[in-house]
Amino acid sequence: MVTAIDAWAQMVKSEPTVEDAWRALEGVVDPEIPVLTIGDLGILRDVRLFGTRLNVDITPTYSGCPAMETIRSDIGQALADAGFEEVTVRTVLDEAWTTDWISERGRRRLHEYGIAPPSLTSTSKPVRCPQCAADHVRVVSEFGSTACKALMVCEVCREPFDHFKVL
Amino acid sequence: MAGAVSDDEHFRYVLRHADDNLVIAQRYGEWISRGPELEEDIALANIGLDHLGQARSLLTHAGELEGAGRTEDDLAMFRTEREFENLTLVEQPNGDFAATVARGFLFDTYQLGLWEALSSSADPTLAGIARKAHKEARYHHRHSTRWVIRLGDGTEESRRRMQAGLDRLWPLTAEMFTSDHVDQAMVERGIGVDPSSLHLEWSQAVEDVIDEATLEIPTEPASQTGGRSGRHSEHLGHLVAEMQWLQRSMPGLRW
Repeated sequence: MVTAIDAWAQMVKSEPTVEDAWRALEGVVDPEIPVLTIGDLGILRDVRLFGTRLNVDITPTYSGCPAMETIRSDIGQALADAGFEEVTVRTVLDEAWTTDWISERGRRRLHEYGIAPPSLTSTSKPVRCPQCAADHVRVVSEFGSTACKALMVCEVCREPFDHFKVL
Repeated sequence: MAGAVSDDEHFRYVLRHADDNLVIAQRYGEWISRGPELEEDIALANIGLDHLGQARSLLTHAGELEGAGRTEDDLAMFRTEREFENLTLVEQPNGDFAATVARGFLFDTYQLGLWEALSSSADPTLAGIARKAHKEARYHHRHSTRWVIRLGDGTEESRRRMQAGLDRLWPLTAEMFTSDHVDQAMVERGIGVDPSSLHLEWSQAVEDVIDEATLEIPTEPASQTGGRSGRHSEHLGHLVAEMQWLQRSMPGLRW
């Protein structure tokens, strides 16, 4: 028999919380670099619950980043799956995204994926080849396969690779 | 009434900077699949994409300031050539690769100073866009600067073309530093920057690179203006026609 208090507990339980939202957003990745969650990339700026309405703030990596549309719709889908019915995804430009916001885990995953992670803007560590770790590397083009990456080549193992540009 | 007038100036100020970016983005787009090498094809497309993104943010903001319900698409696709207030420089045809590099170099150097100054605009949305754009402009500037030096200090043929590109565009650079009542109103309200205040730094930066590239500073005086008041060279109409034809033929089309 379902008591009133059980029903109430059920109802409370089914009301998704802001923590549920953060968990759901852990599953949203950059469509062009699928090893990075939007949290690791640092573009997920804020998640707030107002009653039943959830506000999500994201910021683009580059002004013209074409992945933003996909990311917005993936966020909406992930949150709908987690039980949120009213979701507003806002794009905020201020403060401007910097690669310093990429998490430690994100940097590690980039490296494992074959993309040289950016150094912090405050330091200027040499870029290392993600294949052989040599720092004898050369820029082929400042503009790689996406706006956020430069194309480089390792002078030691000769492998070309992407470098996530410091911004 | 005074309020309405100054809001119109605010709208036009944001719009003209949006137009600079929209028009040059369209020009860079014309390079796609025609770049001199694969890496450059990608680079020019990426630079164009940055400008397009900046244009979209600015157009959206301009639409909000205007308050007439016009979206970024309305402003990009349903204004006539005379309603665009971009610099004459950015609408110039791509020409050869050196001419595109020259146009980018003169404009990127200008935008570096512009975005830096607008980063402290009293309009917080404009300041946010400017701070973001400034980071991107640094990459554009580095790209165009390297090419000016490589081509200028390269072969006889590349040097000749690089010099020709700079010489032809030089007369159009005065417009970047000429102010009108829109600029003046925006400076008074702390929203905009006085264009003439950007000139000295621009000249020094441009001349340093031209020197390093072993090129000559063009001698023809920079004098031509008009873009900021909608009087354009014959090239803009063709660009706008190509950019807008689909939306003009099938208004509201989405895909």
